[in-house]
Amino acid sequence: MKIMVAVKRVVDYAVKIRVKPDKSGVETQNVKMSMNPFCEIALEEALKIKESGLAKEVVAVSMGPSNCVDTLRTGLAMGADRAIHVEASRDLVPLTVAKLLKKLVEIENPGLLILGKQAIDDDCNQTGQMIAGLLGWPQGTFASKVVFDKEKQVATVDREVDGGLETLCLDLPAVITTDLRLNQPRYATLPNIMKAKSKPIKKFTLEELNVEIKSDIEVVQVTEPPKRKAGVILSSVDELIDKLKNEAHVI
Amino acid sequence: MEKLRATSSLRRSLKSILNRQLSSVSETRYLNEKRSCQPTFNLIRDHRNLGEANPIRYRCFSSVSTVVQRNPSFSTLNPDDISYFKQLLGEKSVIQDEDRLETVNTDWMHKYKGSSKLLLQPRTTEEVAQILKYCNSRRLAVVPQGGNTGLVGGSVPVFDEVIVNLGSMNNIISFDKVSGILVCEAGCILENLISFLDNQGFIMPLDLGAKGSCQIGGNVSTNAGGLRLVRYGSLHGNVLGLEAVLANGDLLDMLGTLRKDNTGYDLKHLFIGSEGSLGIVTKVSILTPPKLSSENIAFLACRDYSSCQKLLMEAKRKLGEILSAFEFLDIQAMDLVLNHLDGVRNPLPATMHNFYVLIETTGSDESYDREKLEAFLLSSMEGGLVSDGVIAQDINQASSFWRIREGVPEALMKAGAVYKYDLSLPVEKMYDLVDDMRTRLGDLARVIGYGHLGDGNLHLNVSAAQYDDKILEQIEPYVYEWTSKHRGSISAEHGLGLMKANKIYYSKSPETVKTMGSIKKLLDPNGILNPYKVLPHSLNS
Repeated sequence: MKIMVAVKRVVDYAVKIRVKPDKSGVETQNVKMSMNPFCEIALEEALKIKESGLAKEVVAVSMGPSNCVDTLRTGLAMGADRAIHVEASRDLVPLTVAKLLKKLVEIENPGLLILGKQAIDDDCNQTGQMIAGLLGWPQGTFASKVVFDKEKQVATVDREVDGGLETLCLDLPAVITTDLRLNQPRYATLPNIMKAKSKPIKKFTLEELNVEIKSDIEVVQVTEPPKRKAGVILSSVDELIDKLKNEAHVI
Repeated sequence: MEKLRATSSLRRSLKSILNRQLSSVSETRYLNEKRSCQPTFNLIRDHRNLGEANPIRYRCFSSVSTVVQRNPSFSTLNPDDISYFKQLLGEKSVIQDEDRLETVNTDWMHKYKGSSKLLLQPRTTEEVAQILKYCNSRRLAVVPQGGNTGLVGGSVPVFDEVIVNLGSMNNIISFDKVSGILVCEAGCILENLISFLDNQGFIMPLDLGAKGSCQIGGNVSTNAGGLRLVRYGSLHGNVLGLEAVLANGDLLDMLGTLRKDNTGYDLKHLFIGSEGSLGIVTKVSILTPPKLSSENIAFLACRDYSSCQKLLMEAKRKLGEILSAFEFLDIQAMDLVLNHLDGVRNPLPATMHNFYVLIETTGSDESYDREKLEAFLLSSMEGGLVSDGVIAQDINQASSFWRIREGVPEALMKAGAVYKYDLSLPVEKMYDLVDDMRTRLGDLARVIGYGHLGDGNLHLNVSAAQYDDKILEQIEPYVYEWTSKHRGSISAEHGLGLMKANKIYYSKSPETVKTMGSIKKLLDPNGILNPYKVLPHSLNS
């Protein structure tokens, strides 16, 4: 079985982000970029499945400008066998990514598609669900545990939902999106980093895949959240009641 | 605590000292035989001259820590003093509350505890000047205190000295974006300065594990080293100016912001590293390097110490200008960290290696630095210098590598009692000392070696379940003598404080120390600033 993992290059999780002065977006120049943490977890899961003998190959996919290749190299250094880079110069919205993934799935024929549950730059949490819908595949999102049954070709997924944990049984091929507690991603060791240099990265263009990237969504403005106001120290209960009544209007 | 335990061995050595004296050994012969004995010898002679009935204050030959007596020339606090301070600083800045005094009287390692009855928190330089002027006139001893993170007992009182804590003087005065020169008050916490500079696109030239609590005044006063010294150099190079208050309340305004200023003697260097014994630093002007965008960090495993050394030589050559940190820890240190700290895992797979090296590079071009680092690591691996390693792929992974290295002192504290030694040694010899100590101590205690290999600085730590004189006997003075033999420093970056106040002769000649004593006498004639520390006690008499 082949596993396809979609990874995204985002602003590093630990960076203090700033909004661009023209409010069109977040400052990404000269800022450290890395693989989306949830995508790392997705890749780690794929590698674990391959190491347990249930899969033959792990293919990492990323879409965007040429520096996506860095992220793919990280994926290859972690242990992926091959990588695919879809060249796109503009930011892609989840629906477009899902359509592109559909084309790639038709070319590669994986038995499992694993993604991170959301990207930390747009927090959309849509791609996994959309691609499952487009392919007509079952989906197990927010996975915190994945167990495979090879004979029955079934994946049992524990999902972290608001009410607790939900366990689903999915027929393969399926889409799984990963949540934080699924695993702890491995580090890229030196021998693997060296091996990664010789692993192939195939490039596709948007025209080759024949997908239109016209987006129906336009980002109008990006602003910082309002700064927290300093608290006020009150001197008596009467003052508290007065403020709750007249300022906060909660009583 | 240690002072009390020393008493019995003190008596023993006292007898031997007096016996030797009676057999009329000449002073010169003593000097040639054991340089380290000089202080006590002089002291004995002085005591006899003064006809003092009191026994010797402390030993010198035995391997136990010093026993100090309170200097009788210092006054004790009276209610008039308290009311003067309250009037000068306001009620809130004069603290006599037991609980708060308990904290400021104890050092970070809980090894030293003073009995000060008064904590003062001035908010301006003028207030500091007034405090010192008053204390000098009243002969009240003073301990300048910052973040109280020192490791040699230099930041807490020995007896009832008044604690002057600069934590309330934490304003950033100015920052010049073009030159990167930061001017701030001494009580600014290092981590806060780092955050402030981060927003401006700059970094502090020093970084240490204690950054969340230590203050820049303390860093400057102790000439703190830290993790980036190999790249940015010491504070002597980065501090462009400072403002200090002398013992008599005189203000020395040397707060220049000039890169070059060759007008007269550069007095600020006296205050950098004098551990608060020559004056209280109240403002600092420091040159900050620009924050470079590309940081890469690798965590490597080496089979033996000589590989670590060769790796350092190769790193300096092949990584050259982008190398910003080179640290090492041995397997015992790694074990300790993995066992005692939460949320820490070994970046390298299962098999434990003997030595771990952490290499950090900082540069302006991500892909160029990456290639350089990978090429260097590849050739090191092929050359057998490195047996395994990982490169951090994002900032979180990088922080986890640093957590391991910066967490060693914390893990040591959690493991029980720890004897800490901070030595500068020639790089080839560094680990020999650790092996020697292991043989000497056997099953008595665990010996851990780690440190700033890039600067030739070894942090030798001996960890045991409890403090025990038997262990201490095996360590001191062997460690100091070993270091002295190799012309190393018995205190690379931690300073002398109280712990090593009488050990300076292992690393500095008697004439040098005598000159230091003269300078101290000149700037602080009554000896009220941080007494009993830094210089040998004999110099005071």
